[in-house]
Amino acid sequence: MPVSGPAVVEVAHLTVAFGERAVLRGVDARVGSGEVVAVMGANGSGKSTLVRAVLGLIPADAGQVRLFDTPLRRFRQWHRLGYVPQRLGAGSGVPATVAEVVAAGLLARRGLLRPYGRGRQAAVAGALAAVGLADRADDPVATLSGGQQQRTLIARALAGGPELLVLDEPTAGVDAASQEAFAAAVGGFVDGGGTVLVVLHEAGPLRRLLTRALVVADGRVVHDGAVPQDAVGYDHVHPHGPPNGTELGR
Amino acid sequence: MTAMFGSELMLRALCAALVIGVCAPTLGTYLVQRRMSMIGDGIGHVALTGVGVGLILDQSPVLAAVVVAALCAVGVELVRERGRTPGDLALAVLFYGGIAGGVLLVGAAGRSSGGNLLSYLFGSLGTVTDTDLAVIGGLGAAVLSAMLLLRPALFAVCHDEEFARVCGLPVRALNMLLAVTTAVTVTIAMRAVGLLLVSALMVVPVATAQQVTRGFRGTQLAAMAVGGLAAFLGVAISWQADTAPGATIVMVAIAAFVVVALAAGLRRTLVRRSGPTDRWLPWRT
Repeated sequence: MPVSGPAVVEVAHLTVAFGERAVLRGVDARVGSGEVVAVMGANGSGKSTLVRAVLGLIPADAGQVRLFDTPLRRFRQWHRLGYVPQRLGAGSGVPATVAEVVAAGLLARRGLLRPYGRGRQAAVAGALAAVGLADRADDPVATLSGGQQQRTLIARALAGGPELLVLDEPTAGVDAASQEAFAAAVGGFVDGGGTVLVVLHEAGPLRRLLTRALVVADGRVVHDGAVPQDAVGYDHVHPHGPPNGTELGR
Repeated sequence: MTAMFGSELMLRALCAALVIGVCAPTLGTYLVQRRMSMIGDGIGHVALTGVGVGLILDQSPVLAAVVVAALCAVGVELVRERGRTPGDLALAVLFYGGIAGGVLLVGAAGRSSGGNLLSYLFGSLGTVTDTDLAVIGGLGAAVLSAMLLLRPALFAVCHDEEFARVCGLPVRALNMLLAVTTAVTVTIAMRAVGLLLVSALMVVPVATAQQVTRGFRGTQLAAMAVGGLAAFLGVAISWQADTAPGATIVMVAIAAFVVVALAAGLRRTLVRRSGPTDRWLPWRT
C-alpha cells in the first residue's frame, strides 16, 4: 500500500458504540496528504459512523483520532477542513439563497464576528463557479434539483479554502449528469493538491479520482488498498460484470 | 389619528409595541428556520410562573419572569440537544406546569390578581410606564443587536447544526444565546400582546415575509418590517376602535399574512400560465 504525504487523518483503535451496540470495533486508518480515499461498505457497516467520528460529530468510546497531526480534542484549525454532508439539513423552514448557504462555509476561516469581511463575495462566487452554479447564486436553494443542492454543499465546503474535503455519500440519489458535475468539482479540488476522504456506496463517477479504498464491514476495516471493481461482496450483486477477483478480505 | 400622538400614554404604548413588533420576528426567523415555531408559546407559559414568583416575593414580576423563562429555555435546549424522543412529553409537562403554576402563584399573591393575571396573559399596553419603556427599549436593543450581528453564525447553526460544528463554531453557546433571547423577548412582549399571543408576533410576520422573499436575510428584514407595521397599525386601530391592543396587533399581522399569501398564490398561478419567465420579479434581490 503506497503511503503518500504527511498524515492528514489518522485513526487508531477507534471504537464507537450506540448504547450496547458496537458500530466501530477498533478501526485503524490513515489518509495522507494528496490522497483521495473512499470509505466503502454496505448500509449499516459503520462507514458513515467512521467519518462522523473523525469529524468529532460522534464521540469515540475508545481509540484516537488525529487531524493534521493534532489530537481531535485539541484540533482548532477547522478552516483546513471542508465537510459535505449527505444532504441539506432539515432546518430550512425559511428560504435561503444559494449564496447564503455557501457563505456559511466562510465562518470557519473568518470567525464569529467578522464574517462579512472583504472578499466574501469573491470567495462565494469562486466556490460557486467551481461547481458550475455561478448563475444560481441568488436563487432559493430549495428550487434547485437534488444534484444541484449537492453541488451547493460542496461549494460551501470549498468556500473556506480547505486542505481536506470530507464527503458523506455525496452522490446518493443524485442523477447521473449531476454526479459527473460533482465528480468534476471534486476533481478540480484534487488537482489543486487537496486531500479527500469520501464515504461511498459505489465508486461511480468518482472512481477515476480515487487513489485507495477502505472497505468497512461489521465495524471493522476488511480491505485497505485498490478500489473494488464494484459494490460486490457486501450487500448486493449487480447484474453487470462479474467481480474481478478484488480482495475484499473476508 | 393626531389626537393619538398627543396622548403621552398612547405614545408610550406605541413605542413599546414598535420595539416588540420589530424584535420578535428578528428572533422568530431563526426559530421558524429550525422548525421550532411553537417554542415561544411554551416559554410564554412558563414565564407566567415567573410572574407569580415575582409577585409572591414582592419583586419585579418582569425580572422574575425573565429569570424563570431563561432557566426554562436553557432546560428545553438541553433536552433538544440530546435529541431524546421523550423530550416532547417533557416539554408538554413543563409548559402546562408553567401556566398552572403561574395561575396558582398569581392567585396566592392576591391583590386583585384577577385583573393582574389577564394583563399578563393578554397584555396591557395602556399601563406601560416610563420605567417599563426604558426596560423594553434596553432589552429590545440587546435582542436586536445580538440577532443581527451574529446572523451568519446563527444562520449556520439553525440551517445545518453539524456543519456549524465542523466549522468550529461554538454551537452550544449560540444555541443557549437563542434560548435566552427567546426568554427575554417573550418577557418584554408580555406587556404588549400578552404571554398567550407572544408567539404570534415571532412567527406570523416571518410566515408573511417568506411568501415573497428568496433568501434568509431578505426574509428577516421583511419580517421585521411586517412586525413593526402590524404593531403600529394594531395600536392605531385599537385606539380608534377601543379594542384590546395586543389582540388587535396580532389580528393585523394575521390579516397581512392572509392578504400576502393570497396575492403570492395568485401571482404564482399567473406566472405559470404566462410561461416560465419568472425573472422579472420585482423583489428578486
